[in-house]
Amino acid sequence: MSLAHRIIPCLDTDGARVVKGINFIGLRDAGDPAELAARYNADGADELIVLDIAASRDHRPTFLETIRRVAAELAIPLAAGGGIRSLRDARSIVRAGADKITVNTAAVERPELISELSAEFGAQAVVVAIDAKLEQAGAGLQWDVRVRGGRDSARLNALAWARRAVELGAGEILLTSVDRDGTQTGFDIALTSAISQAVSVPVIASGGAKTLEHFAQVFSEGAADAALAASIFHDGVQSVRGLKRFLAAQNIEVRFPC
Amino acid sequence: MNVALIDYGAGNVPSVERALQRLDAVSQRVTQPEGLAKATAIILPGVGHFAAMVRALDEHNLRSALLEALARGVPFLGICLGLQALFASSDEAPALRGLGVFSGTVKSLPGTAKLPHMGWNRLRIQKASPLLDGLNGGDFFYFAHTFAAADSTDHAVALCDYGTPFAAVLQHDNIFATQFHPEKSGPSGARLLQNFMRLVA
Repeated sequence: MSLAHRIIPCLDTDGARVVKGINFIGLRDAGDPAELAARYNADGADELIVLDIAASRDHRPTFLETIRRVAAELAIPLAAGGGIRSLRDARSIVRAGADKITVNTAAVERPELISELSAEFGAQAVVVAIDAKLEQAGAGLQWDVRVRGGRDSARLNALAWARRAVELGAGEILLTSVDRDGTQTGFDIALTSAISQAVSVPVIASGGAKTLEHFAQVFSEGAADAALAASIFHDGVQSVRGLKRFLAAQNIEVRFPC
Repeated sequence: MNVALIDYGAGNVPSVERALQRLDAVSQRVTQPEGLAKATAIILPGVGHFAAMVRALDEHNLRSALLEALARGVPFLGICLGLQALFASSDEAPALRGLGVFSGTVKSLPGTAKLPHMGWNRLRIQKASPLLDGLNGGDFFYFAHTFAAADSTDHAVALCDYGTPFAAVLQHDNIFATQFHPEKSGPSGARLLQNFMRLVA
C-alpha cells in the first residue's frame, strides 16, 4: 500500500483575509487567501483547507468569493467550512469550488446534517471536524468534544462521536486537539492514535505542530493519514516541500518529489 | 477543437474546466445531447454516487448521444465516476444500468483498508498508453473513491493498489478513463490532461 500521508496547510479566514491568533483572541492579518493558496499549491501541498472562523451570516458572500479565488489557484483538492448549517449552505460552498465540506458545531447540534451531506455529495466530500479536549488523564484517557471554537463542552465523548459521525456518512475526520492548538508543542499523539484506530476513515491530525519531528511522530506513532498546520507555514517556519523532503528521508510515505 | 464537458448537475465540472484553461484548452459545458453531436472530444467528470450519475445521464437524454459519439471514435476521457459509468453495472446501485462500454461490475474496495480510498497514490503501469506519455510509477495521483473496477478488467493500462489491486487507468481505442482525478493531481495530472488534449488536436 503506497497511499501517501498528506500535508495540509489551513487558511483560517475572517471571510476575506487569512488571520491567526489563539482562541479567537488578538487576531492578526496573515495575508491574502488566494496568494497563500498559490504559494502552497506550488510548494507541494497535498490539499488545502479554508475556514471561515467568524462565520457570520452577513459576510457569507465574501467567504464564497474567497473560496472562488482560492479554488482558481489550485490543482489540488480544496476543503472548505465554517458556519455550514444546511444542505443549502453546503451547495453554495461546493458551487464556489470546494471539493469537500467541513462541518463541526452544526453536526454536533444536528447529526443528521452529516447524512444529508453524504447522500448528496458522497462520503468522500464530507469532513467532520472534531475539537477534542482531554477530560480524564491517566490510564483511561478520555476526550471531550468542544464546540463553538473550542469554548463550550458538547458533553460528548470524542471517540464515540467520531464513530457516530462515520456511521452517519463522514468520509474523513479532521481532529484538532484543543489542548495543543496554538502551543507549538507537537500533535496530541495519544488522541490522534485513539481516534484513528477507532474509525474506518482517514484522520487529519491538527493542533500543536512546529517541528519536522512533530509531523514524523504523528504519522509513525499517531497513525494519522494527514497532518494540518497553519501559522508555521504562513510564517515560513516550515516549507511544505522541506517538510516532505524530511519525511521522505525518514521513510514515511509522502508525495515527494512534488 | 470542440471539447464537450458533460455537466450533469453534480461533480467536479468547474475544477476540470480550470485545469483545461491552465493548458490553454477551451471546453464547453454540455447538458443536452445536441452538444455531443459536434464534439471533437468529450470529458465526463464525476464524483459522488453511481446512481446520481446514470440517472442524470438518462434524464438529460445523454446516454445514446454519448454512445454514438464513442462509436464515431471521438476521443473520450471519463474521470472517477466517469470511469465507473462506462461499466455494465455497479454494486453501489445494482438496479441501475451503466453505459456498458466495458463489461463487468464495479465493486467496493475491501474494508481491510480505510475507506474511502482518499489521497495520493501511485500507479503500476501495465501497458503503454498515449494518455500516460511521460508519466511513470513514481508519479502520484489524487484518488477519492470507495468503488473500483477489478484489476482483471480488459483494457486496464495501469493498476493501483489499495487493499487490493484495481484498474486505475483504462484505454480502449479512443476511450480513456481514470479512477483518480487528474484535475486535482498537481503537475502529473496536468501532464495527463495535456496528453489527452494532444490526441484531440
